[in-house]
Amino acid sequence: MLDIRTINKRYGTRQVLTDVSFGVESGRLTGFVGANGAGKTTTMRIILGVLSADSGTVLQDGVPLTSDDRRRFGYMPEERGLYPKMKVGEHLVYLARLHGLGPASARRNTAELLDRLGLGERAGDLVQSLSLGNQQRAQIAAALVHDPEFLVLDEPFSGLDPLAVEVVMSVLSGFAAQGAPVLFSSHQLDIVERLCDDVVIIADGEIRANGPRERLREQHSSPRFELRTAADAEWIHTVPGISVLDLSGGVAVFEAETDAASQSVLRQALTRAPVTQFSQQRPSLATIFKEIVQ
Amino acid sequence: MSTIWNDRAGTPHIGRPQVRPRYPAPSFARSVWLVATREIMARLRSKAFLISTGILLLISVGSVVAGSIASQNLTMPKVAVVGSAAQVVEQTESFTMVKADDIGAAESLVRDGTVSAAVVPSTRADALLGVRVIALDSPPVGVLAALSVTPAVSLLEPTSRQSGGLVYLVSLGFGLVFFMSAITFGSTIAQSVVEEKQTRVVEILMTTIPVRALLGGKVVGNSIMAFGQIVAIGLLVAIGMATTGQFGLLGTVGPSIVWFAVFFAFGFVMLAALFAATASMVSRQEDVGSATSPVLFLVMIPYFLVIFFNDNPTVLAVMSYIPFSAPVGMPMRIFLGTAAWWEPLLSLAILLASTAVVILLGSRIYSNSLLRMGARVTLRQALRG
Repeated sequence: MLDIRTINKRYGTRQVLTDVSFGVESGRLTGFVGANGAGKTTTMRIILGVLSADSGTVLQDGVPLTSDDRRRFGYMPEERGLYPKMKVGEHLVYLARLHGLGPASARRNTAELLDRLGLGERAGDLVQSLSLGNQQRAQIAAALVHDPEFLVLDEPFSGLDPLAVEVVMSVLSGFAAQGAPVLFSSHQLDIVERLCDDVVIIADGEIRANGPRERLREQHSSPRFELRTAADAEWIHTVPGISVLDLSGGVAVFEAETDAASQSVLRQALTRAPVTQFSQQRPSLATIFKEIVQ
Repeated sequence: MSTIWNDRAGTPHIGRPQVRPRYPAPSFARSVWLVATREIMARLRSKAFLISTGILLLISVGSVVAGSIASQNLTMPKVAVVGSAAQVVEQTESFTMVKADDIGAAESLVRDGTVSAAVVPSTRADALLGVRVIALDSPPVGVLAALSVTPAVSLLEPTSRQSGGLVYLVSLGFGLVFFMSAITFGSTIAQSVVEEKQTRVVEILMTTIPVRALLGGKVVGNSIMAFGQIVAIGLLVAIGMATTGQFGLLGTVGPSIVWFAVFFAFGFVMLAALFAATASMVSRQEDVGSATSPVLFLVMIPYFLVIFFNDNPTVLAVMSYIPFSAPVGMPMRIFLGTAAWWEPLLSLAILLASTAVVILLGSRIYSNSLLRMGARVTLRQALRG
């Protein structure tokens, strides 16, 4: 469990982070969402200790992070980069050894990881000879090669083709499943929606929302329901406390003033015809994001 | 893959399902060594480096061999002699004699350039040696000096026991080797610093090992390579001298070569730290040249000073104590025999102290500049952080 507590950061006269606080839970994928310049990269750099905060602390299991702790982190910076003239395999072994792995385990981890990411056959190629997508995979491998206890990835999905996105998603979920906290930022809200357990939304250097994805969706749900029944649902206009937004045959979209009103619609529907669907409409992450940020 | 699609929001979190393996962080020295090894391997794989090293080694061997050939072919000037003048010329043992039948024949030998001068018997009463010298258009200084009688000379302050030509060659050698190696490896280290900055790999490295270990590894790796090159040149020159029979020269130059290697080892560490620090202030390879030019001057100045002032004891004495020029100046004075036994040690101590200071300042500049991309970092920003 990682705790980011009231981080403030100022560049010159510009306040880039204001009292940023959130938690990253072990074994869960946390998506970090925000517009360009909202403060995602700065926050991640502060977590990794590459930048120092003006105030605030980062705690791991309640204890402030030291540089030794951070060495067990896996980090994929926003600005990608590996040595262009090094072989992919050697590069990963080098990074693993800098993290303290012995030669044998460094080579083993490298081989396993390259295979998982579909780069097994490119281990002997120079980094600069890889396609952009493959360089991106190698970059992800660089963040994972030392079996990190905690993963911080800045935009791990940008520049990946759909196939590679699936591969990286499965690698990240696998990592979280082993108990490591994973924090990653992304512009691709659909990916965050599919992948993340928790979501943190940042705008203008302030955390606007943060918590389990589903709770967030519930909090931002409107009192809007959808009903699908086998028979015509004209009767729904007569239910008190209900305003119908759309009705065509057995499909109705309506807003309910109270929970009791929506439940009475369901009860009446069941007495008239088989109900195939009755649901509260939940907003997508993209909708919530727009709503929160604006 | 299916697990990804599952809605795991409701899954309660129960501790860590599995304890991940923990790898102890490598020690500082270990980190430095890992970085240094990578630097060395990167150098050894670069064709440009291998070729330039090969050329430098060839030049050093070539100059020793050329020197030996030149000294063997050194021929004595030819002088025409007539009659009894032969005895006078023979005594000097400095000339190849060409016998001429009479003065007229000797004069024509001088005119057609076969000999540089003619020595003929003189009957004049004021001719002390009983000979007269005939030359074409100017008095032949070398011939006159060999024939003249010189009184014994005692020098009160001898400046050197080495001959002028050799002094020049040795100073050129030290100056050139220092200059070449420092520039080659200095610019290599500068480029590799900017490469890390430009390719952004530095951000990963910084989260992995302490910045000082990164700088240390680069300095150590490149210093090992530079020092290895110097030792290789020194050995090749020594072997070259030994195989071409120049043992006398080896005896006089040898000790100063050893001192040169020692001074170079520490002097280069200082320069390497400076190159790394100045290079870290820019973000693009195109800017490396202008950023490191102040350091280049520090390397070039001793090179020119030692070539122009190798016969000036005051300049050499000052040079031998200034850290940047000591690697050239002090071995030069040891070669000339003008340094007392304690002087190289004192100069080495000064060099070590300034190297330590430069490394401290350099690593400060380096750490503060590494993450500043784009515009060149000013020295004030770099020092203040």
